Amino acid sequence: MADARIIPLGEGDRSGRLAASRAARGLSPRTPRRAPQRPPRGHTDGYAEPARDEHVPLEHADTIGDARAEVPAAADGVVADWLDFLRRRLTGEYGVDEMGFDPELTDRVLLAPLRVLYEWWFRVEARGLENIPDTGGALVVANHSGTVALDALMAQVAVHDHHPARRDLRMLGANLVYAVPFLGELARKAGHTLACTPDAERLLSEGNVVGVWPEGFKGVGKLYRDRYKLQRFGRGGFVAAALRTRTPIVPCAIVGAEEIYPMIANARTVARLVGLPYFPITPTFPWLGPLGTVPLPSKWIIEFGEPIPTDHFPDGAADDPMLVFNLTDQVRETIQQTLYRLLVQRRGIFH
Amino acid sequence: MSGSVVLVSGVSRHLGSAMARRLAADPSVARVVGVDVVPPREDIGGAEFVRADIRNPIISKVLAQSGADTVVHMGVIATPLQAGGRVTMKEINVIGTMQLLAACQRSTTVSRLIVKSTASVYGAGPKDPAKFTEDTEPRSQPQSGWGKDSVEVEGYVRGFARRRPDVTVTTLRFANVLGPVVETAMTAYFSLPAIPTVLGYDARLQFVHEDDMLECLRLAATSERPGTFNVAGDGVLMLSQAVRLAGRLDVAVPSALVGLVGGWFRRAGITDFSPEQVRFLTFGRCLDTSRLTEIFGFTPAYTTRETFEAFVDTRLGGGVLDRDRITDAEQRLVRLLGREPQEVAGG
Repeated sequence: MADARIIPLGEGDRSGRLAASRAARGLSPRTPRRAPQRPPRGHTDGYAEPARDEHVPLEHADTIGDARAEVPAAADGVVADWLDFLRRRLTGEYGVDEMGFDPELTDRVLLAPLRVLYEWWFRVEARGLENIPDTGGALVVANHSGTVALDALMAQVAVHDHHPARRDLRMLGANLVYAVPFLGELARKAGHTLACTPDAERLLSEGNVVGVWPEGFKGVGKLYRDRYKLQRFGRGGFVAAALRTRTPIVPCAIVGAEEIYPMIANARTVARLVGLPYFPITPTFPWLGPLGTVPLPSKWIIEFGEPIPTDHFPDGAADDPMLVFNLTDQVRETIQQTLYRLLVQRRGIFH
Repeated sequence: MSGSVVLVSGVSRHLGSAMARRLAADPSVARVVGVDVVPPREDIGGAEFVRADIRNPIISKVLAQSGADTVVHMGVIATPLQAGGRVTMKEINVIGTMQLLAACQRSTTVSRLIVKSTASVYGAGPKDPAKFTEDTEPRSQPQSGWGKDSVEVEGYVRGFARRRPDVTVTTLRFANVLGPVVETAMTAYFSLPAIPTVLGYDARLQFVHEDDMLECLRLAATSERPGTFNVAGDGVLMLSQAVRLAGRLDVAVPSALVGLVGGWFRRAGITDFSPEQVRFLTFGRCLDTSRLTEIFGFTPAYTTRETFEAFVDTRLGGGVLDRDRITDAEQRLVRLLGREPQEVAGG
């Protein structure tokens, strides 16, 4: 089992490209892969586990896509890579952080179907990603819409795949998410956590990019006729968290998500029966059954705006409700104006 | 001063005996008195054993006669299987603690009280923040079992601390303990050949190694470290991940059937699936241990993962999904796929 296992990585141009894309991502150049030697048990650090051995686990799907189109040898490397991934999944040799975030699973599995939606279905155009810092904390605040919270997931793909530093967007979700089977589990694995002050401050102070959708269910579950009208921005808890941790607020406007499931009515009685905050009636749902769950292929724009700094406020600013309200309004107004501007620029809903 | 006299309750079970042994070997401790209703099954080293029931007032006499200045309360039992029924368990835990605290309050010699508590006082639920600090208000307080007993025990301990401000009180909330010998509901659970889990949920688990637990209690018993502290190994393991590390298969049970399946296991005497335990294995829990490292001044030597891996190595045989077997299968597959291109490249 200790014998070397060298997997040919294909011709020079490919490895050159790989190396270049890796260098661009700040990853170390790939060293020849050896058989993963079983480490002495009891000496592995659970948190830093993904970087075990010489293995560089973050093989992004776009790179894999490139590799597939080339020589068979390259495809073979991909297969070996996935086998290695599968083995580590089956033996438990991977790391999750204390909130349950599993970066490797998110990158390889959870984001994969979302990338298809992002690239091909909604043809998302992400603008202003440079407004999210390469390192350190930032609080992304966005409008919420679309009946199903796909907008948040698309923002996660944008930040993860298209930001130069490939940052993970750690989102704060509603209580309901964590009570629902599968949904709660997947949300935690994808790096999301409960929308509560301790978690928000913990993530921000550890230097993460945190995403909040302060309109909550009021935003995501609003009727089609109210599209692009921002709802109340919660109680401003997110602003207080940013003030306390002195992290910049990045306002984010998402256009296109309103049209994916145009909600023409809300069946309140049904919603109450099944314990949901709203139950959507769209032109296709529930009439067409499973077909009705296919989102309309609207064209999306996600724009990240100029960061609003919070480090110039005096200590204890978070405990001044007037300041918090004003800042909340400023963020809300910025997003609303950006939405109007983007809507004027947009040629049509679907292109 | 010739050294302190320590009274340890709950000395008959493994952790109590090990604690008595460890304290008896400590140079700053002159004498260790171990108390329990039944004699310890293990060697307690240089410690003396006094047969006394902490549930009745005799404990007061034992305490006075021993002249103990430090009391380490480890007599809280986690599972009804160990205590011989839930009624006895509750009596030992709650009434026992009340009697012991009453004795301490009367005592003129006791100046330090250490209580071994548990992280299950926080409960577990979907509305919990990602990490519990010692001050976090539990959002789903445990309704039954060990967790509820521990909440009550801590309540009495706080009352005692108010009435005797001159006594240093240290409450340690431990995550699930694992080690080479200790038997808990968790060790029984992971020893099952196939591990039942709740469908659609994956709990975050934390463990603390037996050695770390005992060392932490020893530090508290031999120096002034007042307060309430969370104790857990660094990091978390997902339940699914722990099952894989143990080389086991998991069997996902829909939450509606969990009560039924849990009942079978309980009646068969295999392991204790209390509702509280099921909630823990559904939603999980993670402790913030920064107060332990910064104020108490102790960092567990084992991380959660190391604790679990040490447990797997010493206690569990290879399961269906043994690590070596899987690595071997992967290697064979890779070799099968890798041969052709390698030869082409070589030739």
